[in-house]
Amino acid sequence: MLHIVACIKQVPDTKIIKMNPKTNTMDRASAPAILNPYDAHAVEEAVRLKKRYGGTVSVLTMGPPPAVKAIKKCIEIGADEGYMISDRAFAGADTLATSYALTKAIEKISKIKPVDLIICGKMTIDGDTGQVGPGIARRLDMPPLTSVNKVKEINVEEGYAIVHRKLEDGYEVIQSTMPCLMSVEKEINEVPYSTMTNMLKAARYQPIIWAVADLEDVERTQLGLKGSPTIVSKVWAPTKPSGGEMLEGDAAAQTEQLLNLLLEKKELFAVKGGSGVEL
Amino acid sequence: MSEKFDVIVVGAGPAGISCAYELAKAGVNVLLIERGEYPGSKNVMGGVLYRKMMEDVIPEFWKEAPLERPIVEQRFMMMDKESAVTVGYKGMEWGKEPYNNFTVLRAKFDQWFAGKAVEQGALLVNETVVLECIVEDGKVVGVRTDRPDGELYADVVVLADGVNSLLAKSLGFHKEFRPDEVALATMEIIKLDKKTIEDRFNLEENQGTTIELFGDATKGILGTGFLYTNKDTLSLGVGSLLSGLIKHKIKPYELLEYVKNHPMIRPYIAGGEPVEYLAHMIPEGGYKSMPKVAGNGVLVVGDAAQLVNAIHREGSNLAMKSGQFAAEAVLLAKERDDYSEATLNHYKTRLMSSFVGQDMKKYKDSTHHFDKFPQYFEKYIPMANKAMSQMFTVDGTSKWEKQKKIWRDVGTAGEKLKLARDAYRAWKVMK
Repeated sequence: MLHIVACIKQVPDTKIIKMNPKTNTMDRASAPAILNPYDAHAVEEAVRLKKRYGGTVSVLTMGPPPAVKAIKKCIEIGADEGYMISDRAFAGADTLATSYALTKAIEKISKIKPVDLIICGKMTIDGDTGQVGPGIARRLDMPPLTSVNKVKEINVEEGYAIVHRKLEDGYEVIQSTMPCLMSVEKEINEVPYSTMTNMLKAARYQPIIWAVADLEDVERTQLGLKGSPTIVSKVWAPTKPSGGEMLEGDAAAQTEQLLNLLLEKKELFAVKGGSGVEL
Repeated sequence: MSEKFDVIVVGAGPAGISCAYELAKAGVNVLLIERGEYPGSKNVMGGVLYRKMMEDVIPEFWKEAPLERPIVEQRFMMMDKESAVTVGYKGMEWGKEPYNNFTVLRAKFDQWFAGKAVEQGALLVNETVVLECIVEDGKVVGVRTDRPDGELYADVVVLADGVNSLLAKSLGFHKEFRPDEVALATMEIIKLDKKTIEDRFNLEENQGTTIELFGDATKGILGTGFLYTNKDTLSLGVGSLLSGLIKHKIKPYELLEYVKNHPMIRPYIAGGEPVEYLAHMIPEGGYKSMPKVAGNGVLVVGDAAQLVNAIHREGSNLAMKSGQFAAEAVLLAKERDDYSEATLNHYKTRLMSSFVGQDMKKYKDSTHHFDKFPQYFEKYIPMANKAMSQMFTVDGTSKWEKQKKIWRDVGTAGEKLKLARDAYRAWKVMK
C-alpha cells in the first residue's frame, strides 16, 4: 500500500506581515501563523493519490509546539497521521539543517511504515528558497522531481511515477523510479472545502511529537543554528513600484500612445538567455 | 455517516463558550461550532469584561487570561461641540484583587476562553457556518452546516450565534429585528506607547480608565461613544441605533471620524496609529425584543437572546450567565432524559429570576424612551454644558444673576415644564 509523507511548515502569513523598519526583520507577531499555502496543495495531492491508489498519508513538520495547528489543518484536508519534530536543538535551522532533521524523522517514519513517496510544496512563503525538498531527496538518495504540476501515474508494484514538470513555456513529462520526492506547484490541484468528518477528526487529533532524543543516529552538530552555514546579511522590504502612466483618449488614440511607449522601451522585450525581439 | 453529540453549541462567543465549558466540565459530549477562523476573530465589543460573571465560570481567571488593564476609573462625558461636562469615579479598591472589571481585546480573550473549554473536553470546530437547525417532529435534533457531509445531530442545540440570530429567526422565535432594536457600533484600536497612555489618563501600570461619551459624540443621535485604555492601545468607538443613523443619514464611520477629531477626544489619541477597525451590531431592543429562548431541543443564549443592558454597557456578562443557565437546563434535561421545551424552560425561569432578567425588565423602556424623545441628547446635554460654562466663567456677574440667566435660558414657562416632565420620565424609565 502506498505510503506518502507530505512535508509541511507553519509560516507567518506574509501577505499581511509587517517589517520592523528599524531592525529590518519580519515582525512575526504582526501576522497570524498559517499552513504554508504550497504545502496545502502538497497534502491535497497526497490525499488525491491515496484516493486513487489506496494507502495512507502522513504529514511531517518541524516547528515549535503551536505548529500542531498546521498539522491539524492537514488532517482537515484528509491526511491520516501527523508527525512533528520539536526541540530547542532544531531552532535557527536553515534549509540545510532543516532537510537533515526532516530526513532523520522520515527515516524513523519509514521504520514504522516504509515510505514510497515524499511530497513537498514548491517552497515556503517566508523563505522562498524551495531547497528543503531537494535537500531531503539528496540525503535519502531519491530522485527529486521539482515543479510538478500533474501526477500522471504512480505504480508502486513496478516502482515508477510519471509526472508533468512545469517549464517556462510548457511542461515536460518525466518518468522516475520510486521512492521519489516531488515538490508541487500550486496549480496542481485545488484544495476543496474540508468535509465535516475530517473537521471532527482534526479537532480530536493529537500528532505524534518527537524530540531530538527520539530520533536515531543524529549528529547534533548538523542541527539548528550550529548546522546552518547560511548567513543572512540583510533583509529588506522590496520597494513598491511607483509611477505608472494612464493613457487618455478613445481606443484608437490609446493604442497609438501605447505602441509609441512600447517602442521607446525596447529593453522590456529582451528575453533573458534567449533571442529578444528584433526591432 | 452523521455523528451525534449530546449538545451542539453554535457560536464561540462568551455565551457559547461558557455553556460549552460548563457542559464539558460536567462530562457532557459537546461540540462547539464557530464560523470564524478562530473564536474571537469575528467578535467585537468595546472591551469591558466584568469580573464577577467570568469568575463564576473560571475562578481567578485574571491570573492567566489575556486581559488588558483592570479598570480603576470610570468617567462619563456629556459632550457638546467644544465642551464636556464630566463626572467620574476613581477608586484604588478596583485596582487590586479581585478587581471589578477589565478591558480586553476579544480576539485574544475569546481564543483563550475557548481553549479552556477545549481543555475541559469540548470539541471545537472553526470556519464552519451552521446553515439551519434540523427539525424533526417539531423538535430540533441537529444542525446542517455548510460543509460536505455536514449534518450533525444532538439532543440539544444551543444557539449562541449572536445578534440577529438567523437560526432563532428561522425557527420562528423572533421576527426580523427593526432598525430601532439594533445599534451599529464601529471602533478602532489605536496603538500608542504604554507610557503615553498612562501619562494621558493619569494611570499607573496595570490600571485602566473607561470613558463613556454622550451627546455630541454621536452628534446628538441616541447612542454612546467610548474610549477605553488597553495595555498599549486605546479602543475608541461609537454606536448608535440603526434607526437614528438612517433618520439623520449618517454613516457609522463618519461618526467615528467625527469623534476622533472632537476637541475633547483628539488630545487623547494624538500620535496614535490605528491598527484595527471593527464594526458590529448590538442588540438593544431590550426586554421587549427578547425572542423565545427555549424550545424542543433548543436554547437561545447571549446576544441571540438580545441579552444586552444598553444603559449599563453590559452584554458579555449577561451572555456568560445565560450560557451557564443553559448548561444547567441541559444537565437537568439529561438527568430526566427529556429534552422537551417544558424541561428546557428551566433555563428561562432561571434566567428571568436572576439579575439578567431583572435588569432586562428594569430597563425595558429606556432605549425606546430616549429614542422617542430625542431632546435628552439633542437639547439637554448642550444645555448642561452651557450652564456649567456660565456658572464657572468669572466675569463680574453675581452667582445669583448667573443662576437666573441659566434658568431663563431653559426657555418659556412651557419649556421649563417640559424639562421637569422629561426629568421625571427619565427617572421613571431608569428606576
